Amino acid sequence: MKTDELIAALAADLRTDGPRAGWRPARRIAVLVPLAMLLVAGGFLGAVGMRAGLASPPVLGAVALKQMIVLTVAGAGLLVALRAADPVGARGGRLGVLLLPAMLLAVAVLADIAIDGTAGWYDRLVGHNGLRCVVAIPLLGLPPLAAILAALREGAAPRPGLAGALAGVAAAGLGAAIYALNCTDDSPLFVAAWYGIAAAVMAGLGALAGRRVLRW
Amino acid sequence: MADDQWGERMRAALAGDEAQYRALLVELAVALRRIVRAALARAGRSGADSEDIVQEVLLTIHLKRGAWDSTRLFAPWLHAITRHKVIDVLRRQGHRVEVQIDDVVHWLAAPAAPETDAVGVDRLIGRLGARDQTIVRMASLDGRPSQEIAGRLGMTEGAVRVALHRALRRLSALYQEEVS
Repeated sequence: MKTDELIAALAADLRTDGPRAGWRPARRIAVLVPLAMLLVAGGFLGAVGMRAGLASPPVLGAVALKQMIVLTVAGAGLLVALRAADPVGARGGRLGVLLLPAMLLAVAVLADIAIDGTAGWYDRLVGHNGLRCVVAIPLLGLPPLAAILAALREGAAPRPGLAGALAGVAAAGLGAAIYALNCTDDSPLFVAAWYGIAAAVMAGLGALAGRRVLRW
Repeated sequence: MADDQWGERMRAALAGDEAQYRALLVELAVALRRIVRAALARAGRSGADSEDIVQEVLLTIHLKRGAWDSTRLFAPWLHAITRHKVIDVLRRQGHRVEVQIDDVVHWLAAPAAPETDAVGVDRLIGRLGARDQTIVRMASLDGRPSQEIAGRLGMTEGAVRVALHRALRRLSALYQEEVS
């Protein structure tokens, strides 16, 4: 087949399901991620409900701190994942923005030790429901991960595995935001350890998936 | 500069201007021929299948045009897509060489390359379903409008468009499965 003939076929396909404007991934994320979050929030909170006593100030404060951390993970993760899906690496955020949630968490851990001391740090770290957390966050993160990957497919990631891993980190943050509404372990030590493991699991899962679905 | 022109044409294409799109792809094919030839030469390869690579890159540009940020220049994006694809092709063929496609200046310095025969896409089209083969061939070889293809095949025009789009996506996937 001559190249001009191929071009004729490509031109004939121009208006079918075609993008109307450039750079679709961000647009797709803005639509798909909220849908995934609604699904996850509805399912999880419908099944286990919110944590008891959420309205009381100390509980509310602890939950707010966790939300601040995990939502920063989600936001930074989305930004860097978007950048990883841009072949020229111009859109989204640089990898360095991931330091923001890391620093936030580090400050929270230091504050925790400063306030409650080092005695009993091990109990705070292990918490009560570590295993539940490590299982629940990746499960809750799966729909957001699927949504993010679907959006990144509209981009052209030079390194599909990396883009997938970053999507996994973002999805872990989103899944954790739902999980944190029903998680009674409030120590930043616990969050750093168990939420951290969950995020690593999601990053690995995202990398594996990304290598398959983000190839082009 | 050529770049602004490409960007303008792609913007018009994204807005639905088929004539501008066709003109853009024809120009890109000429540029890609030089780039691919130069890249193959630097990788110590003959240019025998360069037109196949040019066609695969054109197909990728078509399917990935939504990944171009239309507020930016087109050339850097084209550069990134082309480099990724050429490296991908060479890896599939078992080459471990790092391809240097440094910058736009290099491209423009590359000698003009003639169009050679491309056989890869025909082989891949042969792996599509019978109906899709007919649609792709009528849209490409004969340049028939989808309306006419629809009439011939007894399908709706919308169904022909969807089938053509799927067939092109499938072709892109088939390229990636190819190991020669």
